[in-house]
Amino acid sequence: MSTAVTTVKPVMPAKHYLNDNYGIRSWLLTKDHKRIAVLYLVSITFFFFLGGIFAALIRLELLTPQGDLFQSDTYNKLFTMHGVNMIFFFLIPSVPAVLGNFILPIMLGAKDLAFPKINLMSWYIFIIAALFSLAALVSGGVDTGWTFYTPLSTGYVRTNVIVMAVGILIAGFSSIFTGLNFIVTVHRMRAPGMTWGRLPLFVWANYAASLIMILGTPVIAITLILVALERGFHIGIFDPKLGGDPVLFQHMFWFYSHPAVYIMILPGMGVISEVVTCFSRKRVFGYSFIAFSSVAIAVFGFVVWAHHMFVAGISQYSAMVFSLLSFAVAIPSAVKVFNWTATMYKGSVTLETPMLYALAFIGLFTIGGLTGLFLAALGMDVHIHDTYFVVAHFHYVMVGGMVTAYIGGLHFWWPKMTGRMYPEAPAKLAALITFIGFNLTFFPQFILGYLGMPRRYHSYPEEFQVLNVLSSAGASVLAVGFLLPLIYFLWSLKYGEVAGDNPWNATGLEWTTTSPPPTHNFHEVPVVTEEPYAYGEEEGSGVH
Amino acid sequence: MQFKLPLFPEQASSVAVQVDAFYLFLVLITTFFSLLVALLILFFVIKYRKRPGVEAEQIHGSTLLEIVWTVIPLGISMVIFVWGAVLYYHIENPPANALEIYGVGKQWMWKFQHPGGQREINTLHVPTGRPVKVTLISQDVIHDFFVPAFRVKTDVLPNRYVYSWFTPTVPGSYHLFCSQYCGTKHSAMIGEVIVQKPDDYAAWLASGKAEGSLASMGEKLFQEFGCGTCHRPDSGARGPSLQGLYGRPVRLSDNRVVVADDNYIRESILNPNAKIVSGFQPIMPTFQGVVSEEGLIQITEYIKHLSVQESEPLNNRTNPTELRDNEVPTIQQELQQGSQPAPTPGKKP
Repeated sequence: MSTAVTTVKPVMPAKHYLNDNYGIRSWLLTKDHKRIAVLYLVSITFFFFLGGIFAALIRLELLTPQGDLFQSDTYNKLFTMHGVNMIFFFLIPSVPAVLGNFILPIMLGAKDLAFPKINLMSWYIFIIAALFSLAALVSGGVDTGWTFYTPLSTGYVRTNVIVMAVGILIAGFSSIFTGLNFIVTVHRMRAPGMTWGRLPLFVWANYAASLIMILGTPVIAITLILVALERGFHIGIFDPKLGGDPVLFQHMFWFYSHPAVYIMILPGMGVISEVVTCFSRKRVFGYSFIAFSSVAIAVFGFVVWAHHMFVAGISQYSAMVFSLLSFAVAIPSAVKVFNWTATMYKGSVTLETPMLYALAFIGLFTIGGLTGLFLAALGMDVHIHDTYFVVAHFHYVMVGGMVTAYIGGLHFWWPKMTGRMYPEAPAKLAALITFIGFNLTFFPQFILGYLGMPRRYHSYPEEFQVLNVLSSAGASVLAVGFLLPLIYFLWSLKYGEVAGDNPWNATGLEWTTTSPPPTHNFHEVPVVTEEPYAYGEEEGSGVH
Repeated sequence: MQFKLPLFPEQASSVAVQVDAFYLFLVLITTFFSLLVALLILFFVIKYRKRPGVEAEQIHGSTLLEIVWTVIPLGISMVIFVWGAVLYYHIENPPANALEIYGVGKQWMWKFQHPGGQREINTLHVPTGRPVKVTLISQDVIHDFFVPAFRVKTDVLPNRYVYSWFTPTVPGSYHLFCSQYCGTKHSAMIGEVIVQKPDDYAAWLASGKAEGSLASMGEKLFQEFGCGTCHRPDSGARGPSLQGLYGRPVRLSDNRVVVADDNYIRESILNPNAKIVSGFQPIMPTFQGVVSEEGLIQITEYIKHLSVQESEPLNNRTNPTELRDNEVPTIQQELQQGSQPAPTPGKKP
């Protein structure tokens, strides 16, 4: 804790949102956005580790070329459940529903989100969705892949596709409600003086992601309903045997699922903007460029879906248009990376754990983004499409990017959420282990992909074994990196040092209130008089 | 466990060299920018680490820099786009003189038929030095024909022919993978592409036990199903003549003009009422579930041969007679007018 230069030892506030009320009812019926964030935190942590167990089993199977550990069907269920869990029940809610839910209203100087009851309802909907997903899991699992491609999913597999589809459909509503709540809150609940140009970039990023949530999610709902109708009632939509078109499914699925990638990554980018400025003690470089690049990503993100379909039988000319547009969406991402890097220029940089994660994010996201260019380039995609190159690419973006940002953000705001510091030394160690483990797991997969190893293979030719063993070894290192925070975060709840209101000397309204904040966030309505990230002058004096 | 650590797949087709060159260019660009960002971060972390008495210098940004790092990536990505698109166009469009082979994917195997009637399962023999076009279809779910050594891949759809082509260059045996997840034994839907020198390939073809060429097998099916009862080259025929049909434009009863390619012929057998040739009645029964995908390929091949055998279409309606003058099938009209050049076959739909 090198930055917390405090003369008096901070003490816990007497009254805050955690001790305002006790008992299970006070949690399950809470309308406090902070408590709902904690409910989400507990739920998605469960799904993260459940999805992690599936990943571990996948990597274990792939240690040897022969499919000797599991039956093919079991293996197929494992990667399906890994994908479904991680995407719909961890990545999509992660930053928005946990960190966003907790921090966004406080950043705006609001007492709560605009619709506290809808916020609570979104968690219950999420839990109902999760129960459907778990029901599908315990009643035999699903083996379609998380992409549910037709006609395989509607006419061929024998597993509980409909139960799982219903689960994802319901989870979508939870996501829509969160997005709706954020948008209304940002428009209507800003404190006096909190103009659009003074919004923290975390808010901009979540706002952009919320736009995608409410515009895109209904499409996956419709798609899954159609899948269920075809599977359950043999209404021909996607299966050619019933007069349907299988490629239509892919258009509809990716129309949501590509923008969903930005639902996942944009809030993570918001975290990075907060962390890099804080630990560089600097204003952000190019505020408006970062803010608008978020919106640009949200908008462009809707018109690139068919880059998942270059070899799926779409016309060559539409493939060219989608390729061109996909390059367009790369530019705002590049702008962000350069601006974050430039923010450190002439700063006063310290390397606390959140900063380590943020720097890891910038590096890994850069690799993830640049390898996206390979896939957007038509002639190259033909060879690497549906190979491990794609697996490596999206794990660099989703794990190297999003999960890294989420864990970094959790460290950054943990003192605010709990009032206590996590232990710095094991946290730095965990960040290092995660970084090494991650690269060891996923970098070999780029090479595997170019060599031609297809995705979702239960067994593989033996010349791919060395790279697969490296990848599995990396996965076990990565698992340690993910388990350590679970342990020391829990430990810190009781034994962590008391954090004080602003342990990082950060700007932003969330650091002006107590840690943990009172139930209504502020004792009096804050008034904002300064630009965001006003580091340098009187630090943390954005409020008078 | 043998210690093999290859970094590149084998290059066994003419296009593989081009794809690898493009790949190296992209790796270079990616490495450059990744290193640039990583080294800048490292440099800033060290150079601007917190030092006693030194405050951070507050900078708001620089529009010039923003323009620079928008325009340069945009320029580079446009180069990548054009290069990728040109290469894709080359990979996706088979040349007209390609050797034609047919493949059917099903859960979980590949079945191939050569024009001479030789059939193979999960193995595909091809000669070096000439373009090979594989026409593919699935009889159940979506599969994907992927030969890493050739750098080609295409999703194999049910209900629609797609094409993959390559010019093999190096004799050898290469992986064939299904790379679109297709259910339980997806990872067992693999095979071998055996590239041979033309002489060896010819010898292999000769040694194969074929019941006859694809076209002759198609002719057999044509007779078996009684297609010729209606599709006769005479004036009283209830169905349009198939002589000279393949690859020609056809006018439909709703006045649309379509090209009689593989997909058209297949659809007309399975779903005859989808497209009715102008001047004919929708009286043909469906053959859905009666003819296998292999059989459909054979019949199509036979119909193709009807075009090749006769330089002049033999339909009596080539010379409009007094009979049904108003109903003359438009293939011939189009030909007489010379308005529609024969399209290049095999264009991906």
